[in-house]
Amino acid sequence: MARMTLDELRALRETKRQDLARRDVEGKDIQIIVGMGTCGIAAGAKLTFDALVDSIQKHGLESKVLIRQTGCMGLCYVEPTVEVAYPGMPTVIYGKMTSDAAEELVQKHLVEHTLLDNHIFDRPAADILKK
Amino acid sequence: MAKKNFMLVCGGTGCESSKSDEIYRTLIKEAELQGVKDDVQVVKTGCFGFCEKGPIVKVLPSESFYVEVKPEDAKEIIAEQVIKGREVKRLLYKKSQQTADNIKVQDIEFYQKQFRIVLRNCGVINPENIEEYIARDGYVALEKALFEMSPQQIIDVMKASGLRGRGGAGFPTGVKWETAAKVNSEVKYVVCNADEGDPGAYMDRSTIEGDPHSVLEAMIIAGKAIGAHNGYIYIRAEYPLAIDRLKVAIAQAKERGLMGVDILGSGFDFDVEIRLGAGAFVCGEETALLQSIEGNRGMPIPKPPFPAIKGLWGKPTIINNVETLANIPVILTKGAEWFAAIGTDKSKGTKVFALTGKINNSGLIEVPMGTTLREIIFDIGGGIKGGKKFKGVQTGGPSGGIIVEKDLDTPISYESLIALGSMMGSGGMIVMDEDDCVVDVSKFYMAFCVDESCGKCAPCRIGTNQMHALLDKISKGNGVEADLDSLERIGKAMTKASLCMLGGSAANPTLATIRHFRDEYMEHIVDHKCRAGKCKSLVVYEIIPAKCIGCGLCARKCPVPCITGEKKQPHVIDTARCIKCGECFKACKFGAVTKR
Amino acid sequence: MINCKINGIAVQVAEGATVLDAAKKANVKIPTLCYNPDLSPWAACGICVVRVEGSNKMLRSCCTPVAEGMSIVTNDAELVEIRKTVIELILSTHPDDCLQCPRNQDCELQTLAQEFGIRKQSFPKRLRDLPVDDTTGAIILNPEKCVRCGRCVTVCQQMQNVWAIEFLGRGESTRIAPAADVALGESPCIRCGQCSAHCPVGAIYENDQTKEVWDALMKTGPDAKTCVVQIAPAVRVALGEAFGLPAGTDLTKKIYTAFRRMGFDAIFDTNFSADLTILEEGTEFVKRLTGALQGGLAAATKERSMPLITSCCPAWVDYMEKYYPDMVPNFSTAKSPQQMMGAMIKTFWAGKAGIDPAKIFSVSIMPCTAKKYETHRDETMYSSGFQDVDVSITTRELARMIKQAGIDLVNLPESEPDSPMGPYTGAGVIFGATGGVMEAALRSAYFLVTGEELKDVNFTAVRGISGIKEASVHIKGVDVRVAVAHQMGNIQQVLDQVRAARESGKETPWHFIEVMACRGGCIGGGGQPYGATDEIRTKRIRAIYDHDENTEYRCSHQNPYIKQVYAEFLDAPGSHKAHKLLHTHYVERPLFMK
Repeated sequence: MARMTLDELRALRETKRQDLARRDVEGKDIQIIVGMGTCGIAAGAKLTFDALVDSIQKHGLESKVLIRQTGCMGLCYVEPTVEVAYPGMPTVIYGKMTSDAAEELVQKHLVEHTLLDNHIFDRPAADILKK
Repeated sequence: MAKKNFMLVCGGTGCESSKSDEIYRTLIKEAELQGVKDDVQVVKTGCFGFCEKGPIVKVLPSESFYVEVKPEDAKEIIAEQVIKGREVKRLLYKKSQQTADNIKVQDIEFYQKQFRIVLRNCGVINPENIEEYIARDGYVALEKALFEMSPQQIIDVMKASGLRGRGGAGFPTGVKWETAAKVNSEVKYVVCNADEGDPGAYMDRSTIEGDPHSVLEAMIIAGKAIGAHNGYIYIRAEYPLAIDRLKVAIAQAKERGLMGVDILGSGFDFDVEIRLGAGAFVCGEETALLQSIEGNRGMPIPKPPFPAIKGLWGKPTIINNVETLANIPVILTKGAEWFAAIGTDKSKGTKVFALTGKINNSGLIEVPMGTTLREIIFDIGGGIKGGKKFKGVQTGGPSGGIIVEKDLDTPISYESLIALGSMMGSGGMIVMDEDDCVVDVSKFYMAFCVDESCGKCAPCRIGTNQMHALLDKISKGNGVEADLDSLERIGKAMTKASLCMLGGSAANPTLATIRHFRDEYMEHIVDHKCRAGKCKSLVVYEIIPAKCIGCGLCARKCPVPCITGEKKQPHVIDTARCIKCGECFKACKFGAVTKR
Repeated sequence: MINCKINGIAVQVAEGATVLDAAKKANVKIPTLCYNPDLSPWAACGICVVRVEGSNKMLRSCCTPVAEGMSIVTNDAELVEIRKTVIELILSTHPDDCLQCPRNQDCELQTLAQEFGIRKQSFPKRLRDLPVDDTTGAIILNPEKCVRCGRCVTVCQQMQNVWAIEFLGRGESTRIAPAADVALGESPCIRCGQCSAHCPVGAIYENDQTKEVWDALMKTGPDAKTCVVQIAPAVRVALGEAFGLPAGTDLTKKIYTAFRRMGFDAIFDTNFSADLTILEEGTEFVKRLTGALQGGLAAATKERSMPLITSCCPAWVDYMEKYYPDMVPNFSTAKSPQQMMGAMIKTFWAGKAGIDPAKIFSVSIMPCTAKKYETHRDETMYSSGFQDVDVSITTRELARMIKQAGIDLVNLPESEPDSPMGPYTGAGVIFGATGGVMEAALRSAYFLVTGEELKDVNFTAVRGISGIKEASVHIKGVDVRVAVAHQMGNIQQVLDQVRAARESGKETPWHFIEVMACRGGCIGGGGQPYGATDEIRTKRIRAIYDHDENTEYRCSHQNPYIKQVYAEFLDAPGSHKAHKLLHTHYVERPLFMK
């Protein structure tokens, strides 16, 4: 990617902003975001990430699901944390997502369209900057 | 297809104890009874952190937030919410004394206790993708700074915002910048202090890991404001992921022309280099940090001259901590007035805390200045683990003091915490309960300072060791009352006569605990007793013969071993040989092992 | 100027002055330990705390600049209590063996403890068992006694630019030692002893060799030796300080008497051999200058015959061999006055007095710790066939010997040194002060080149305490440019210019350079009485020049005894014999020995 001018930066920002808002980047309308800060990784977020990828492949959902990483969500007491945005279902943050739980997540949330028991934790703050 | 409704039942400790499990089961049963099993999923969740109003049931997608729910309400909730598609108004959370009936989750006070400026992108964007940062208004502030504002205007905004250094001391950032800007020098530096070292603190690490570009953007803006073209990020080598993320971010910013020569065609140049610290706590002190960057031994040097006038290699240098910097792009984007409206009179904006210790919801939180400790600990943090009794909270890590129950309603600000004998510090917040011993805790912090004293300055170098020796003596039951006077005397000398704040604040934890818990110290000294059972020398493990069934589990667990006894006969601990590891105490299923 | 108040007393100080400076001006003494007026404040001890009136915060007066209108309180109950606690804390890490300490009764920590009336041990001792480093043979480092004030490190790194010692370890384990924890003798240490002169306590001190001298003096029977002593110019104007006399008291002739009472058999004066040095070095300079005038100065610079650099200072010689080995050819091969005297005693004088040189014990009294090393620096220090100087002791050691011997130095009658190596000229005297060697050399070089005596022998441009001095002297159609540098940290910028000129094929900026390792020259030597400040150094220098002005002859070549020595023994300056006895050579030495 080449150096940008001011106008190119502004254009990029607009495009990306819409992409993020649409949440169906590259035609993938399901998003899974894994918290990959040190706290998450220490609690096994890398294994969770791998388990999610494997499980999604197993269920043939690769073309629909976009897996992303992010930093610490602040819920350090329930790492690893995974946020799932599925159209038609509430966006939730799951905590204590071990690799086993990750497989269960794909099976239940993505396939059976039900939420997982005992793993939901809310984002701690209403993000004022969103608005 | 997805279910129509999702009912989230709080499964936190607080709610569980007020029958949330029964509510959960009743809701499922009612859904079946009323024949709407397929239209609703009932889910048990982690703690909502709103324990005061528990048990909580939250219904999605309607965002209905029910508080103080009872099992007998389940029937009505299913009937109204699932079948009729409307809310059970009487159970909805109401703002105190207000008539407003239904309030959505995002409007609830509790959830607004957190306020994310610094952590705005953490847990939201992919930190290794500059485009996601840009999409969330990243580098908008830089555009403003480069193309619309003069250095003085930037400084004026910083001053008007009231932003103060988040590293602990709370020096006004705009004033610091202005001082450096006024010095006539071809070469100046911007330094980001990411040498986070307080035990239990990880705000800076998480910020960099989650949103590295916010720090870079702020550094470039600072460079423009003071006339610097070079920046250093001094980060501890023990933060490999944060370092990697920074490297990626710097590479991406350079590739996109957001850093380096002629940024965005503005003609302004700025470069950032990473410098790794070797893990010395004292290198978080700004003059020691600069010494370390220069390749010298990390020891504080006298101020003045202040680094803003004569810093790195003798050039004007501003040193800002990660959290301070992460605020800056938002301040420039949203304006000084917006920022100054948040917080208290003298402490503006928010503060990130790493909430740890004996707390249910440990984690990284960001609250407006002026929030009380009680709100942080009991609302956001969900209270004390296991329903134990709150003893105190340590802010400012080894530099702070314990804050006790009676002071919990103090609104947090730089000044208020100092008045309580603690300090803001960088934002570590460690909660202690009745199982923590103040002597033990003070000894722990003093041991940290003993290890981290650079050795330059006599009060700190010797004082920390002498105080640690006294605390150790007391924790072993060998103390005398005069030791408390000695502790206070040395502590005062360290506080007043140390060169830097490491020594200047090292006595705080001890002095604060002596002030608040003198009786506990006296218990150790006079009664040779540690009520929390943390001071091993003062703890005696014994087996109550009447309760012991002679299963032998304790004897098998004992690593010494010093527990003897015939099968099915009461066992005995040889206290002279006992190392007080507590394994027998944990192992016994009959409460026969006692600790006193 | 800045106006401030110290304990209510109004004072005016210059911009940048510290609270400590202002207090001094108001005749208020703020107790200090790590502070030393020679050094930029390191701010380690925390004893000099004061407060701004009405403020709760305490400031370190050594490093806090005075601000306009500041009102400072230096003494109140809390300040005294804090200082006392800090002193007691420091005492808790310091051994209590004051009676066996080299600094007993001359120790800054002991004085503080006394002034603060500390009568009990408030905190348990936290002592460290660390080995003594005596590997240099000149200075001894005893880390157990160290209060970690940092003075020695600042001296070694900033003042002297030697970087032999550094802080090692952290926290309580912080200690002073050479980098990588090698022994001092294997480090870049040049043994200048400035660390020992600045140490407030007994952690770094001279290697005391007084016992060796007493043993020689007191030995009777067939093994007894003839004990000969020489005394350096700088010693006589400083020794009095150890006896309570004001700085700059000249005790030359009383010291001679003291030597006799101590039992020395012959008393010579290093001033005499300083005259000898001038003739050898002056001749060398004239020869090199003449060569440069013929072949061009740039060529002479390139082949390193120009500039000529003095070599009387052994610490400087050591420094050059370690840090500037490329300058070896520029160095004057003339030995230092100590070593010239040593060689002459065991050859010329031994022959004249009919004494077997093997039976001579030669002692030198020097203001210097590096001189101890110089006595055995290389094989040329054994030119008589024996070690030319057996023992070199410092001014501080001499003071102890005189006191121990019960000699009432202050009230002694005066006497003269022995002939022929006693009488000296003013040129020999001024060797003791910075610029003195240069001035003495110029006085004689002028004569050697022109054959005429100078009308005014005073070259005031090279005198004084400023770090680098330059002058130009017109000698027979040539403007001879000279530079004088003292205090090792000032040398680099002079030598770097010479190096740069040489490397770029240009002419050296100077023809002749004098270098002395210590501030103020030998009068500020590392073996002089404690407590030297620029004020004291200036007084010592003043005494040196007063002495110079009161001598019969002011130029070395005029010394009739020097003429006699050449006539009877050495032939001529630069002769084969002179070279064998009075000249040396230099080699590159590694910074760190393996």
